[in-house]
Amino acid sequence: MESSRRRFLKLAGISAVGLGTAPALNAFAASGGHDAAQPYVKKGARALRAKQWAMVIDTRRFHSAKDLEPMIEACNKSHNIPTKITNTDHEIKWIWEAEFHHAFPTKASKFLSEEIEHKSFLVLCNHCENPSCVRACPTKATFKRESDGIVLMDFHRCIGCRFCMAACPFGARSFNFRDPRDFIPEDDKNLEFPTRMKGVVEKCNFCAERLAVGKEPACVEASDGAIIFGDLYDPHSHVREVLKENYTIRRKQQLGTEPSVYYIV
Amino acid sequence: MLELAFKGGKTYWGWIVALLAIIGAAFGVYLWQLKFGLGITGLSRDVSWGFYIANFTYLVGVAAGGVMVVLPYYLHDYKAYGKVTILGEFLAIASIVMCLSFVIVDLGQPTRIFNTLLYPSPNSILFFDIVVLQGYLFLNIIIGWNVLEAERNNDHYQFWVKPLIYLSIPWAISIHTVTAFLYCGLPGRGFWMTAILAPRFLSSAFAAGPSLLILLCLFIRHFTKFDPGREQIQSLAKTVAYAICINVFFFLCEVFVAFYSNIPEHMDHIKYLFVGLHGHSLMVPWMWTSMILMVVGIILVVNPVTRKNENILVIACIVIIFGTWIDKALGMIAGGFVPNPLHQVNEYWPTGPEAMISLGVYAVGALVLTVLYKIAVSVKEEIRG
Repeated sequence: MESSRRRFLKLAGISAVGLGTAPALNAFAASGGHDAAQPYVKKGARALRAKQWAMVIDTRRFHSAKDLEPMIEACNKSHNIPTKITNTDHEIKWIWEAEFHHAFPTKASKFLSEEIEHKSFLVLCNHCENPSCVRACPTKATFKRESDGIVLMDFHRCIGCRFCMAACPFGARSFNFRDPRDFIPEDDKNLEFPTRMKGVVEKCNFCAERLAVGKEPACVEASDGAIIFGDLYDPHSHVREVLKENYTIRRKQQLGTEPSVYYIV
Repeated sequence: MLELAFKGGKTYWGWIVALLAIIGAAFGVYLWQLKFGLGITGLSRDVSWGFYIANFTYLVGVAAGGVMVVLPYYLHDYKAYGKVTILGEFLAIASIVMCLSFVIVDLGQPTRIFNTLLYPSPNSILFFDIVVLQGYLFLNIIIGWNVLEAERNNDHYQFWVKPLIYLSIPWAISIHTVTAFLYCGLPGRGFWMTAILAPRFLSSAFAAGPSLLILLCLFIRHFTKFDPGREQIQSLAKTVAYAICINVFFFLCEVFVAFYSNIPEHMDHIKYLFVGLHGHSLMVPWMWTSMILMVVGIILVVNPVTRKNENILVIACIVIIFGTWIDKALGMIAGGFVPNPLHQVNEYWPTGPEAMISLGVYAVGALVLTVLYKIAVSVKEEIRG
């Protein structure tokens, strides 16, 4: 009797500590302000919202590497990409072009249609639903934003260990092997977007800064409708409508990272 | 005991000064790297880890190898190793110091290293690697120092050291397992994606670590009044014999799986290393050298006649150290990153500055090892005298 009663009290005490502290802390935090106990980031009035942003690239609309240039240039200008770096080892690439058997190495048949074999495809960060780079980062400098599924980088927290680069199966990440600021073309400088410093990793951010003010990503805007952007989990979004009507493929789907960039071939 | 490190002859001080000179020169190059960025290395967008991380991986193995004298002594009561456990533990300390230094010189923003503690991320294997490496460093410092000091005072070490010693044994396995997990859990890197990567790392570690220890034992016997003992060296050599055989066996298992299954993503990396891919064959001579060295090593340490001849044993150990270094350091990194995720071949080779900084890190390790071994050997000489 005695012992079971004591055990009960002890258990109850332990549970009380566990259950009790969180509400107590919340109450304490709330006592200072009004009803908003938790800090949160308020969305801009014009901000575009989604559960998981996704992109469909209609590759039928592009016929040569030249057709892809407007999108790549729009991105480069928009994000202060140091395009004057000539050493390909040190290149910074957010969106670039690759041949089919490089963009889709596991899907390249031995005998491809001639057009597809020699055509260029846009490749960029896939903003995976299960991003392996985010798993690898030891400081949470790269993270999946819960509000809209974008895989983002905090350039100020990154320690430059490059574990994310090893973890990314799409080669989507670039490292600043030297100060990039000297290599941004003068006329291309965008004062509304930060430049980076040497020693940090960077990659496509699905134009999070443009979405926040109600604009579509720069490459989508420059694509003249060939790139469709929208919410993957809104059944009525443009992206979902296009996905319903067209057969699409994704890069290295078998790895289970669930890329959010789809291609109509 | 630290005072023992300050009593040495001309050769001892000459060696210390030489090491300091190398460290100083390498530090100068490192300052250049800090100023310019990692662009002074041979690293690229495609091969984003190189010589630094390769050496880091190899030295984690050397550190773990120390357990091959600790385990038989404390778990199997193999008394002969009582004389040399301290050498294994101090070698582990020097190796971990080098490992951590290699990680730091590899960082793009080293001043932000404490972000790993400010924002601990248990989802990252690197987080665990930092935890286990530092833990192993502290374990070995505490254990080594206490046991040696007790020995000097002709006393039994503190009772609380014993559980730490037992803990240090699985801990040694953990450091290399976690280091292998850095690589083998990454999707889309076919060369590393193998469940026997950690066992491979361990087998190579238990060949390389004890080989280095044998060389150090022979060096100590030759230049000091302390003899680590013939039996000890021979026992270590048997450990090396088993480990290097298992290492080569594991590698052949990998080759079988990749080539019998005939899956390109797994074959291409091995092809790049051993026969070249799309005309790129920088690693080919190195990898074959590595294989030849390891096979020669096996012949020399498995055969009792050659193993028992200490002059030949020296050659065997050197051969095994270089063979496993090429296999695990150079080949493991280059093989994993080439071809890249887009299946393009972009080769890597370290630059002069990169090699110089690495040499500096090795000099730091040699300095730590020299000081620690000086202390250990002086204590052993004192006891004998």
